Amino acid sequence: MLQAIADIVRLDGAEKHFGAVRALNGVDFHVGAGECVGLVGHNGAGKSTLMHMVAGTLRPDGGQIAVRGNAEVSYSVARALELGIRCVFQELSLCPNLSVAENTRINHPALTGFGWRRKAADLIRAKLDEIFPDHGISADDIAGDLSIGRRQMVEVARAFTLTSEPLHLVILDEPTSSLDAHTAGQLLSFVRRFIEKGGSCILISHVLGEVLQNADRIVVMRDGKVVAADAASAFDRDRLVAAMGGAEGHQKAATEARKTEGGVLRVRARPARQQDDKELVARAGEIIGLAGLAGHGQTDLLLAIFAAASRARAGIEVTAPVALVAGDRQSDGIFAQWSIAQNIGIRSLARLRNGLLISPQREAELAEFWKQKIGIRTPDMNNNIFSLSGGNQQKALFARALGSDAEIVLMDDPMRGVDIGTKLEVYDLVREEAAKGRTFLWYTTETEELDNCDHVYVFKNGRIVANLRRDELTEEKIIQSSFGDAA
Amino acid sequence: MTAIAPGTVPKASPRGGAARARMLRGLLPALSLALVLIAIAWLNPRAISYFGFNLMLNLAIPIALATIAQMFVIAGNELDLSIGTFVGFVGCVTATWLRDAPLIGILVLVGSIGVYALLGALIHLRNLPSIVVTLGMSFVWQGLAILVLPKPGGKAPDWLLAIMSFKPPYIPFPILAALIIAIVVHFGLMRTSYGVILRGSGGNAAALRRAGWSLLRTKVALFALTGLFGVLSGMALIGITTSADANIGNGYTLLSIAGVILGGGEFVGGRVSPIGAVLGALTLALAASPLLTFMHIPPDWQVAANGAILIIVLAARVLISRRER
Repeated sequence: MLQAIADIVRLDGAEKHFGAVRALNGVDFHVGAGECVGLVGHNGAGKSTLMHMVAGTLRPDGGQIAVRGNAEVSYSVARALELGIRCVFQELSLCPNLSVAENTRINHPALTGFGWRRKAADLIRAKLDEIFPDHGISADDIAGDLSIGRRQMVEVARAFTLTSEPLHLVILDEPTSSLDAHTAGQLLSFVRRFIEKGGSCILISHVLGEVLQNADRIVVMRDGKVVAADAASAFDRDRLVAAMGGAEGHQKAATEARKTEGGVLRVRARPARQQDDKELVARAGEIIGLAGLAGHGQTDLLLAIFAAASRARAGIEVTAPVALVAGDRQSDGIFAQWSIAQNIGIRSLARLRNGLLISPQREAELAEFWKQKIGIRTPDMNNNIFSLSGGNQQKALFARALGSDAEIVLMDDPMRGVDIGTKLEVYDLVREEAAKGRTFLWYTTETEELDNCDHVYVFKNGRIVANLRRDELTEEKIIQSSFGDAA
Repeated sequence: MTAIAPGTVPKASPRGGAARARMLRGLLPALSLALVLIAIAWLNPRAISYFGFNLMLNLAIPIALATIAQMFVIAGNELDLSIGTFVGFVGCVTATWLRDAPLIGILVLVGSIGVYALLGALIHLRNLPSIVVTLGMSFVWQGLAILVLPKPGGKAPDWLLAIMSFKPPYIPFPILAALIIAIVVHFGLMRTSYGVILRGSGGNAAALRRAGWSLLRTKVALFALTGLFGVLSGMALIGITTSADANIGNGYTLLSIAGVILGGGEFVGGRVSPIGAVLGALTLALAASPLLTFMHIPPDWQVAANGAILIIVLAARVLISRRER
């Protein structure tokens, strides 16, 4: 077979440096027509950098890029779009001030002239209906008003809309990170249909099951290099994890049922919409899971508990200082202009003070301690927070919460888009801190994470519908409670 | 069983709330204008008349144009601190060259729009803070204005005087002009397909770049539009005052920023509203109108009135946003 012709895109020896850091170190990578390539690796392994190159947003420092066998000398975003290569980036890239239809227009220079608004609205509505049949999104909705999951749905649907430009290859970078299991399934089955019709796709995901089930071929990256590439059928979960490296020796949440029944009461909360007498109770040393479909009141309850810590609220009792690890880290977590150290220290200013002023020395000590403890990969904690990869930014946010005096830590699905190595490290840390007496309230959309919890409350329509102990926790039970009628 | 259909509660309510909050915020500029009008009507019922409006809104057109000018840079997350002295400079050119040597006058004014476009390019390419660049430019425009017209004087071209003293039937000219400005700019920025790109550059510049748009071009376009409306503002001002002074527009910088914010705009995020901005400008123009002086309200209090309106409206906006959260 003439490999060069069948390839949609091929990179040979791609290199990229950011200052002293080598993000890509001579990577060979290709995607064939009608093929779904899974790309896995730790955060910071170079996946995103590689994808930025394929999409034309980053120029390689070395190596060649060829599309359909033709070498591209001045490759750019515009050229990539012309050639039918599109990318859904990991960081949400909708304009929050524009409507869904207007955001669609941004990706389609052809949507112009009289009546463009209607055309754009029809285009995105039809595609949303096709991919996510019960999406509940209107084309006039302002993107900033949508929940993070819905924004991701819009973004994915937008990438598959067609006007004048062709569509051959779509790069999906963590497309399901903010979707619940139901919508993620809708998306992945759409991707399969797209592949069957001859389209190509690069699927990046930290949910290894997704990649194993949906990709035809899997490429594993580590430290800026491709370390393994083979047909998906040749991989299983263990081989993938082994190839990614760094996660060896971790056992799956083998916490023995710890005896915490008699702990001090830390939180007692009833959701605002709760009609029966179910309530959430958390004691010292417990890890409490909040489960259910995305957006069914889990975040609202966490925020209510957070607010109740500083000002008394009806129905919520909080007896210790609280810290929150935000889920939407770009908009709710990070101070974009600040350094890593400042971002960590902000929750502990009272302790970092020296007289009236913040002591830079104490701030640096705190930051350095957490850099070691949680393994934030950076040459200098005084660098801007954006110099970190996504997973390391999230670690910094964990360090902010764990480094504070908070005895209660609220986690609002903080692991979305974080690689498995980082996740395992953080799980260990959470269990370690819980053993010391801290209380964790953990909302997560990934069922596997619930294995770390002592108790799981399942939410539906803003209410608690089930309270599962660790030993009675199964995925079926959670799904049953989240979908079943409250009979 | 009173089970609610699955998914309806968490799905519908948050966005319905956000939409309602946005609508309330959108109505605020109109409400504040109505309030100021009611206050004036209460102080002096005869002011609410064709003649009264012509007098009270005397300077509303140039203020509205300057506010629109400011709105364009704010739409791109920048700020123009030189718009006031720029309006003054345009005024001086209008009262001298545009009357005596129209060709040179037109060239200078078109050239000044070009300078604005270049500033946009400079700010984008060198990644400079627009506040610093335009603060510097404010002194440049002021100096140029003094060079053109060292002493107050000059005279507006006759055609300009004719336009600005136009008396349409029933509707006072300032109100008609404000309507036209608001509609034209609303259509251009909020409804056209390139207007979306311009606003998007303020909302999420990185997303725009990834979609293959040139951010240099959007920034240049926004600054050129600011220059264009600054020129229109300066000309309208001289059409009303008939002669110029190098310091004539100095108050417009802060007035225009206040007008944009009063009209529902935000400093970052590409959230602006042309209709709101014009309403905001009208509100400020009314509160500072010479008619209030006839009502025995000392001028010092007029400035304070402007400030009070701004604080009240912004406080109301914050309250609405917080309530809906």
